[in-house]
Amino acid sequence: MTNSDPVVHVRNLRKTYGGSTVLDGVSFDIERGETFALLGPNGAGKSTTIEILEGYRDRSDGEVSVLGVDPRHGGTDWKAHLGIVLQDTGESGNVTVREQLGQFAGYYSNPRDVDEVIAAVGLQDKATTLIRRLSGGQRRRVDVALGIVGRPQLLFLDEPTTGFDPEARRSFWELIHRLKAEGTTILLTTHYLDEAAQLSDRAGVIMGGRLIDVGTLDRIGGPEARVPVVRWRDASGAHERRTDHPGAVVAELVRAGGEPEHLEVVRPSLEDVYLALVSEHEPAPQELELSR
Amino acid sequence: MTTTTTTLPVLRSPLQRTIRLGLGRVRYEVRGYFRQGDSVFFTFLFPVVFLTIFSVAFSNFDFGKDAAGHAVSAARYYLPGMLAAGLLLTGTQNMAVEIAGERSDGTLKRLGGSPLPVFSYFIGKMGEVLVSALLQAALLLVVARLAFQVPLPAVASTWVTFGWVFLLGAATCAVLGVALSVLPRTGKSATAVVIPITLVLQFISGVYLQFSQLPVWLQNVAAVFPLKWLAQGMRSVFLPSGFSAIEQGGTWDLAGVALVTSIWLVVGLVLCRVTFRWIRRDS
Repeated sequence: MTNSDPVVHVRNLRKTYGGSTVLDGVSFDIERGETFALLGPNGAGKSTTIEILEGYRDRSDGEVSVLGVDPRHGGTDWKAHLGIVLQDTGESGNVTVREQLGQFAGYYSNPRDVDEVIAAVGLQDKATTLIRRLSGGQRRRVDVALGIVGRPQLLFLDEPTTGFDPEARRSFWELIHRLKAEGTTILLTTHYLDEAAQLSDRAGVIMGGRLIDVGTLDRIGGPEARVPVVRWRDASGAHERRTDHPGAVVAELVRAGGEPEHLEVVRPSLEDVYLALVSEHEPAPQELELSR
Repeated sequence: MTTTTTTLPVLRSPLQRTIRLGLGRVRYEVRGYFRQGDSVFFTFLFPVVFLTIFSVAFSNFDFGKDAAGHAVSAARYYLPGMLAAGLLLTGTQNMAVEIAGERSDGTLKRLGGSPLPVFSYFIGKMGEVLVSALLQAALLLVVARLAFQVPLPAVASTWVTFGWVFLLGAATCAVLGVALSVLPRTGKSATAVVIPITLVLQFISGVYLQFSQLPVWLQNVAAVFPLKWLAQGMRSVFLPSGFSAIEQGGTWDLAGVALVTSIWLVVGLVLCRVTFRWIRRDS
């Protein structure tokens, strides 16, 4: 594989269990050095996709290449270039943080310094603590540390910040920015859309086993979904107007009635765009109406 | 992937790397084993506890006399069975429960995503069994000698017999434990699946009950499995030679010990090779 080939290449990926179709023709590429977020509701097929790429699951049909290798045939040489942070881990953890990282660092030919990795995930005070004595969020940081200790070219992060407090999440983001700066290619799944917005260059939205949209963060959902919203309040209640010219709308409001109350001009966040996309493809909209 | 391989110091051969990582795993596994309080008690100390209980409880029983006419104590009588049971517990029982747990808690999945060779993992497990079984046997012998004055063999060739029965037994029990680990569907059910198997084997193989007093058909059933033979091999080491008369066939039959145990070792290795997976595929 050359530098210009995509690190991850997926075409018409299909996965069926018995009679049910979990993935139905998913296609995307991830370029070298890129951070790609795979978004979607629970059960949409994110983890199935990521586990097929990691070599844990077989695919039913389609074409997949990861670092130039078909994951079905990926050996230890191939795994040496991957970093995998799985979605759920519950190991008994009868070893300390440093022992565990030292053990895993030994599997790789050019690992990062163990103490540097421990510090990078903010566990320097817990280096000699048994993993089973750590809190859920701290264990999650050990998972992340184990994912990066081998200096991977491609890092899989499956909901990496579950259980993190806001501060830990911020420092995790900084860590990912550093890895990006070093040229690491990253595939991320997350339920935190601010996290995806913060970290990724491109995103794909997967629903019901299909990729319903894929693109750079400023394109995904289409231009329509990004039209800014002007909100304000007056004697007759709350108002909201979607417009490509929010400045003009505000100027008009001021001209008509002076300073509007609770004035807001909001550009839809990734979360707004995502929720609009998801509800557009939602098979059962009744539930949504009930909850309003 | 020429861009990446140039930076890697690939100097060691794959086999050297596998062995080096395997030895590193031994250290890691042994440390983890002794930090796990329940497994240390139920597999490591269990035979010592039972040897103590039986030695005290049956101290007035007549187990026969040696060639010089000295009575064989309960401790001396039960020591061989407990040594054999120790191999089954630290080898088969602990391995099966431990690996089933690692399969269900994600340990194996994580290792499967790392460049650790499967064979290194096996070396680690084998080493864990060997080290813990050696310590266990040493502890049993020390307790038997110091607490219950059990006479230990003075002849070197007898210790050679002990050595090969022990090593062959440890390897066989460990391999069977790895093979058995695929049976439990979850780590939580592992003890419920594994312990009945090892417990029944211990009862029919002459560990707790005097083998010669079992019905012949049950002796024949037990003779299919390795534990009966390991206990017999251990009895040949620690009991007076005259006791061989009450064995099946009237001899210690060390050739039979070697043969049946070796067959199980091969069967176990084949089962490991065929059934062991880092994860249940597509589960």
